[in-house]
Amino acid sequence: MIRLRRIAAASSRDLLILLGVVAVLALVPLGVSRFTLSVATVALIFGLAGIGWNVLSGFAGQFSFGHAAYFGLGAYTVAVTFTKYSISPWLGLVLGGMVAAIFGLLTGWISFRFGLKGAYFALATFALAELLRLTFNKFDYVGAGVGIPIPLAGGDSWGSLRFENTPAIRYFVALGLVALGTLAVIIIKRSRVGNRMLAVREDEDAAASLGINPLRAKLVAIAVSGFITAVAGGYYAMFLMFVDPDLAFGPFISVAILLRPIVGGVGTIWGPVVGAAILSVLGEVTRSLVRDPPSFLQVIEGVNGLDQVMFGLILVVVIIRAPDGVIGLFRRFRKRSSQ
Amino acid sequence: MRGRSRRIVWAGLAVVVAVAVPQTAWWDLNHTVFAQAVVSGLLIGGVYSLVAMGLSLVFGVLDIINFAHGALMTITIYVSYLLFQNYGVDPYVSLVVTIPLMFVVGVGIQRFAINPVMDAPVHNQLLLTLGIAIIIENLALVLFTGTPRSIELAYARNEFDLGVVTLDFPLRVFGAVVSLPKLIAFLVALLLAGVLYLLIQRTQLGAAIRASAQEPEGAELVGIDVRRIYMITFGIGAACVGAAGSLVLPFLFVAPTAGATFTIIAFVVVVLGGMGSIPGALVGGLVIGLTQELTQLFVPGAKFLGVFIVFLAVLLFRPEGIFGKAGR
Repeated sequence: MIRLRRIAAASSRDLLILLGVVAVLALVPLGVSRFTLSVATVALIFGLAGIGWNVLSGFAGQFSFGHAAYFGLGAYTVAVTFTKYSISPWLGLVLGGMVAAIFGLLTGWISFRFGLKGAYFALATFALAELLRLTFNKFDYVGAGVGIPIPLAGGDSWGSLRFENTPAIRYFVALGLVALGTLAVIIIKRSRVGNRMLAVREDEDAAASLGINPLRAKLVAIAVSGFITAVAGGYYAMFLMFVDPDLAFGPFISVAILLRPIVGGVGTIWGPVVGAAILSVLGEVTRSLVRDPPSFLQVIEGVNGLDQVMFGLILVVVIIRAPDGVIGLFRRFRKRSSQ
Repeated sequence: MRGRSRRIVWAGLAVVVAVAVPQTAWWDLNHTVFAQAVVSGLLIGGVYSLVAMGLSLVFGVLDIINFAHGALMTITIYVSYLLFQNYGVDPYVSLVVTIPLMFVVGVGIQRFAINPVMDAPVHNQLLLTLGIAIIIENLALVLFTGTPRSIELAYARNEFDLGVVTLDFPLRVFGAVVSLPKLIAFLVALLLAGVLYLLIQRTQLGAAIRASAQEPEGAELVGIDVRRIYMITFGIGAACVGAAGSLVLPFLFVAPTAGATFTIIAFVVVVLGGMGSIPGALVGGLVIGLTQELTQLFVPGAKFLGVFIVFLAVLLFRPEGIFGKAGR
C-alpha cells in the first residue's frame, strides 16, 4: 500500500483534474435533451474504449488497428451471460474484461513471440478482429448474423443495468466507468509496470539490456488494454440493448476506438477523454447543421455522410498539423509562450 | 525458445484442421461446383493481383500502409460508371481516362498529404490514408447516395468468331461458367502486371524507384529526387487501382464502399507475396482468389474466413512473403 500512496502523491495533480472533470461532466444531464444525453453517453463509452486502446498503443507503443476484437468480446460476453444464464451485467462486464484479457494474452503472446511489430502488428490485430467478426457471423450459439437482442426491463433496474426511464443514470454509470478507467491509467502510468511499458515503447533493445522483459511488459499492456476496452464494449451492448457481429467487431468500431485518443493525444492520460469530447461536440454540430442548415447552406439539408466527411477531414488535418493530438498542440503552445 | 512456440502454434493449427476437415463433406462435392470455384477464384484473383501490385509498390517503396487504396478504386468505379451512363463510353475504353486520371490523383495525394508526414511513425501515415479513405467514400455517399447500381454490357453474352474457334459467352470450361467481363478483367490485369514489371525492372525510372526503396539516402546522393520518385510511385500505385476499377465495373455493384473490400484483400496479397514484389503480388492475388472461393465452397457465406487465416499464418511464419527476401 506504500507504493499506492507514493503514486497518489506523485499524481495528485492528475487526481485533482479527474475530480474536476467528473464534477463538470456530472452536470451535463441537467441541461440537455434526451437525445443529446445519449450522444454524450456513447461518447463516454468510446472514450473508455479509447482509454483501453491507449494503454497498448500509446504507452506500450504497439499500434493496434483491431481493438474491436476486445470491444466485441466484452459486448458478446455481457449479452450471452445475461440473456442465456441471467448473470448480472455488472459481473458480465468483469467477465467480458477477463475474456478479452485472455484473448489478448494468447494472441499477443503469439504475435510478440514471432516478432510482429509496427505495421505488421497493426495488420495482424486487424485480421484478428475480422476473424472474430466472421466467426461470430456463423456461430448459432451467439445468434450468428442476427445478433442477440437484450430484452427490455420495463423500467429502471440497477441489478440488470437497464435504465429505460432515467437516461441520466445510464449516463452516470458510463461516467463512473470512465472515471475508473482513467484512475487505472493514472496508477499504471506512475507505477513500475507503466515505466516498463514506456521503456519498451521508446527502445525495446535498450529496455531489455536494463533487465526489463519486453514480452512481459507488452503482455501486461495488452491484457489491461483489452480488459478496459471490453468493459466499454459490454456497457455498449447494455446501452443499445442489442449486439451483432458488425456492431461488435466491425472495422469502423476499431477506427472509432482509436480516433479519440489520436485526436486528443496518444500516450497521454487525458487524450482519449479530450478526443471524445471534441469529436462528439463536432459530430453534433455537423449533424445539426445537416438537419437544419442556415439558408446559404440549404443544399446540405438531410444529406447522408457529411458528418463522416468531416471526421475524415479532422483526421487528416490532425495527422498533418498536430501529430501529437490536441494535448500535444496545447503543450507545444505553452512551451513556446513560456520561453 | 522461438522454435518451441512455433511448434505449439503448428500443433494448434493441425488440431483446427483435423477438427474442421471431417466436418466438411468435401468428398461429396460435385466436380462442376469445384471447377467453378477454381475458375472464379483465378479470375477474381487476377483483379486482386492488379490491385495489390499498386499497393505493393507503395508499401515497398514508401513503406506506408495505404488504407485509401480501395477508396481510390471507388473513384474510378464511379468515373467509369458515369462515363458509361452519360456518354455510353465502354468501361474498357474508359481505361484511357481512368489510368492517367488516377495517376494524377495519386501524385497529388502524395505531394500534399503524405510527403509532409513521411518521417512520422508508421501509424500516422496509416491514419492519414484512412482519413482520406473516409473522405472519399463519404463524398461518394453524399454525391451518389448509397443506392447500389450496376451496368450491363450489351456484348457480354455474344458469340465471338476468332477464326479458329468460336467462343460463345458465357464460356464453359470443365462445366464452369466463365463470363466475358471477368475473363477480360483477368487478361488485362495480367497484361498490366507484365507492363508494370518491365517498367520497374527495365527502365531508368524503374531503377530509380528500386533505388529509392532500398536506400533512400544513397539514392539522394546519386542525384535521384526521392520525393519526386515517391510521388510518381504513389501515382503508379493509384493508376493500378484506376485500371482495376474500370475492369471490375461490369461485374460489380457500384456503391461508395465498393472499393473498400479490395483494400484489405490487397494487404493480404501484398504480405503474402512480399512487399514491393510484382511477381509476388501476381501469385499472391491468384492464391487469395482461390482461397476465397474454396472457403466459400466449404463454409458458405464466409469466404473471407480462409483469407484471414492465410493472412495470419503468413504474418507469423513468413512475414517477408513468398517472394520477399528472408530476414527482417
